Amino acid sequence: MNYSAGKFEVAVIGAGHAGIEAALASARLGCKTIVFTINMDAVGNCPCNPSIGGTAKGHLVREIDALGGEMGKTADECFLQSRMLNRGKGPAVHSLRAQIDRRKYSDVMKHKLELQSNLELHQAEITDIRKTDDGYILTTRMNAEYEVKTVIIATGTYLGGRIFVGEVSYESGPDGIFPATFLGKSLKELGLPLRRFKTGTPARVLRSSIDFSELEEQLGDEPPVPFSYETEKLGENKVKCHISWTNEKTKEIILENINRSPLYGGKIEGIGPRYCPSLEDKIVRFSEKQRHQLFIEPCGLDTEEMYLQGMSSSLPEEVQVKFYHTIKGLENCVIMRPAYAIEYDCVDPTEMNATLEFKNLPGLYGAGQFNGSSGYEEAAAQGLIAGINAAMKVQGKKPLVLDRSTSYIGTLIDDLVTKGANEPYRMMTSRSEYRLILRQDNADVRLTPIGYSLGLISEERWKKFNRKQEQIKQELYRIAHTTIPADEKLNEILVSRETTPVTEGTKLIDLLRRPQLSYSNLREVDVVRPELDSSVFEQVEIEVKYEGYIKKQLRQVEQMRNLEKKKLPSDFDYTELKGLRLEAQEKLNKIKPLNIGQASRISGVSPADISVLLIWLSQGKNNEPE
Amino acid sequence: MSIENTTVAAISTAQGEGGIGIIRISGNEAIEIADKVFTAVSGKKLSEHKGYTASFGYIKKDGEKLDEAVATIFRAPKSYTGEDVAELSCHGGMFITKEVLRAVLEAGAKPAPAGEFTKRAFLNGKLDLTEAEAVIDIISAKNKAAARAAISAKEGALWNRIEIIKRKLVTTAAHLSAWADYPEEDIEEVNEEKLKQTFNECMFDLNKLLETYDKGQTVKEGIDTVIAGKPNTGKSTLMNLISGHNRSIVTDIPGTTRDIVEETALVGDIVLRLSDTAGLRETADEVEKIGVRIAKERIDSCGLVLAVFDFSRELDDDDKALIEQIKDAPVIAVINKADLDGKLDEGYICNRIKRIVKISAKTGEGFESLEKEVANIAGTENFNPSEGILANERQRNAVFEAKGALKEAVNALEVGMTFDAVEVALEDAIEKILELTGERATEVVVDNVFHNFCLGK
Repeated sequence: MNYSAGKFEVAVIGAGHAGIEAALASARLGCKTIVFTINMDAVGNCPCNPSIGGTAKGHLVREIDALGGEMGKTADECFLQSRMLNRGKGPAVHSLRAQIDRRKYSDVMKHKLELQSNLELHQAEITDIRKTDDGYILTTRMNAEYEVKTVIIATGTYLGGRIFVGEVSYESGPDGIFPATFLGKSLKELGLPLRRFKTGTPARVLRSSIDFSELEEQLGDEPPVPFSYETEKLGENKVKCHISWTNEKTKEIILENINRSPLYGGKIEGIGPRYCPSLEDKIVRFSEKQRHQLFIEPCGLDTEEMYLQGMSSSLPEEVQVKFYHTIKGLENCVIMRPAYAIEYDCVDPTEMNATLEFKNLPGLYGAGQFNGSSGYEEAAAQGLIAGINAAMKVQGKKPLVLDRSTSYIGTLIDDLVTKGANEPYRMMTSRSEYRLILRQDNADVRLTPIGYSLGLISEERWKKFNRKQEQIKQELYRIAHTTIPADEKLNEILVSRETTPVTEGTKLIDLLRRPQLSYSNLREVDVVRPELDSSVFEQVEIEVKYEGYIKKQLRQVEQMRNLEKKKLPSDFDYTELKGLRLEAQEKLNKIKPLNIGQASRISGVSPADISVLLIWLSQGKNNEPE
Repeated sequence: MSIENTTVAAISTAQGEGGIGIIRISGNEAIEIADKVFTAVSGKKLSEHKGYTASFGYIKKDGEKLDEAVATIFRAPKSYTGEDVAELSCHGGMFITKEVLRAVLEAGAKPAPAGEFTKRAFLNGKLDLTEAEAVIDIISAKNKAAARAAISAKEGALWNRIEIIKRKLVTTAAHLSAWADYPEEDIEEVNEEKLKQTFNECMFDLNKLLETYDKGQTVKEGIDTVIAGKPNTGKSTLMNLISGHNRSIVTDIPGTTRDIVEETALVGDIVLRLSDTAGLRETADEVEKIGVRIAKERIDSCGLVLAVFDFSRELDDDDKALIEQIKDAPVIAVINKADLDGKLDEGYICNRIKRIVKISAKTGEGFESLEKEVANIAGTENFNPSEGILANERQRNAVFEAKGALKEAVNALEVGMTFDAVEVALEDAIEKILELTGERATEVVVDNVFHNFCLGK
């Protein structure tokens, strides 16, 4: 017999990186929220790499933080080592990555959920979602029924999870936690088209069994930089990582046993990502490569488990032992957890709007791997938006849609809901056409005003933010009005930086425009420089140096926004619009774009189809009474 | 009010008819752009004129006089499109008109997409609301024509050469992306000198492409016309009749690698570039199958189809299949062998194809009616014999703009900008080329990253 367990405004299924941000956001926005986790010890689990951030993902973390999300702050609290990747390649591709203590991360996140008002954290497997007139009824395996207004599905790799290690396969979630086996059927009954995706993780090995003596070390930055705009200071790096390589022998063993891989043996039907293939994938697909790199990363301070980044595999455990032992430093390594592949159910994201709400199921949202993405950061980003929008829905407010020019978050969601995902979707800087303005250093400028207006940014932080913006403005004014005399000291600097000397006094701003010069080079001649935070100088310098490029991208943004402003109805049957080509009609009916801008990004919708839409739109508008 | 910020230009008179050729420029910068290519005899700039004024002068390109012309300007909102409009009327003829359009595009206008002027007119309230349906129809029809033109463009030699350059640029961009997005993977360092070299090579190739294009070596003039029909309907005889009618201008076009014979001939005032295709029929013969397949592709991409039927035989499945394939194309049904006894069901064809002529290719009887129909079809609103060439003009413009973007990439490298800025310029170049196919640079590049680089966890 089912029993009635309570009423909530927002229910979140899953307490991984997506679920956490979703639940915190909705609770902080004042909605009575419940979040379900299959296992209380798996809240905020990192079943793969013990790190947060990385290229483009670091951008996402900064953006989540700028909007008032939690991932960046918690990563800072649990950081072991931090590096700014791509220094020297340009500010657009600078990306922060931190090794983190994965158990601590999980504990800190769980504790934050526990302390959050309006939020209940409950261990339960949801087995059924039923639509009602004004919401949904969720049923747990313990026969509890929850009456809720909105639901966010953030099931990660738990939904229909199945693990593969060589010939062995069994139903399981990540890290041996049991999977969600009943919910899939219920979702199908709701009409959601599910499909199978696959991902994998390498082995964890015992630190003391590794010979580090001949391995290259990888150290953190000094001083390390935090993710969160609220973190004042990080402290010192606490660990080292190491680098090693596979060799001919590794390749030989893998090729000898390739038919024992469930992927090559045809047992796995799920689609794996091209960008994080297992080692056997890399060896088969790039057979000309003699060696592959791996990173040995600690999983925490209170554990001896080491993560072998780059070595994911679904070969049998005995083969794993053999090939890991061929690698320098790992000759005698003891495997604590074997590598495995995991297959899981996820949804076709084109079923959703850019609000992450399902088009045909009002009040139902999806986030994270369930939506076809990959990675903790991608998941958290969607969780935050889904949480915000569920709360907006409950409160009858306008939903939040971030367009592509505001953020990587917006780009990620637009890509998912407009183009769909044929494989788990990973964020990359190359995916953004606006990457010179979507930098990790200006995430606060782009998004904190939005976070503040939603109510996710504290007054104190808002004041601090505004102070910084004011300082940037003043400093920009100062350098435009400060002339540096063309004396010997200046020209010495210019010559040493291999840039042309000057013959007359030059504005500081014009010196800073030169790619060869920076604030730090010019310290000596810039005598009246005010004492400001380094992040202020960083902003000013980037704005000045990349001004031409930034302006050009801003013009493109303006054009794009003009198209985004032209809203399309969500309930129109495009086959009625005869001027559209058949392919365009079909695609538009499937995607139901929110506006002309989104429509123009659908493959198969031509510029002429867009013209037809524009004319049709203006016709409707003109017919409406003023 | 302008809906989009771009200023667009196109040839707004039907081409191939001689007389006057008009290039229409519409948008905020229309008059400014016209001033860049047009010099009035009076010495007065167009931007100093009021609306509804015309002035006589010259079109200049690269400092040289191209043609005499009359420039007429219309000030927003009092113009066809409701925007600022400049119209350059020159001496017609495909070559000059195209040259003037090109000068206008190089001065900063974008090639107008299908139906663009009408669309703008409508969106700016210049057309009645009741005309919306008609406007959509026009755009839709032009869209189909443009799609045909795009197919035909993809077959061209120019396209192939653009493709080669595109591949080179995409590979380079993918390398830059992989290098930036996977900093810890074992990826070859990006070498500044090598980058510069690749950009310069591509710029050189793009330039060469522009030069050969401008000499007209890769473009053939005239309406791309296919003579189609099942075997033994008299296609070759018809081809000989048309090309034989005016021997003085018949030229052989060598170099076609396919089993398609091409000739250029004048029919009335219209230049046709004729190709005689393999007879269309279901066949088991492998070699003939290839011929038939090529012929069918040609029908889908050409500017005009002359569908030949045999008056002395009954319609069969091959005939009907042809009718099905061509019914949406610009087509004239030519019922041949009119001198023999008729067994053909003319009504069946009449119901499906609008223009029909009856001739005897052997005796030449009925040729005038064919001439008349060709002239008629070339004069209709939706028939744009220049779409193929316009598609080429778009390609040329894409090449021109890609070259400009690459130049920016080289500049960025030379002043020492970081590679993220260089890559944005490079992707801009790729985007220009991809505009021809509707792909997006970021997607193509990301795809290539995964294809070419071994990356992973």
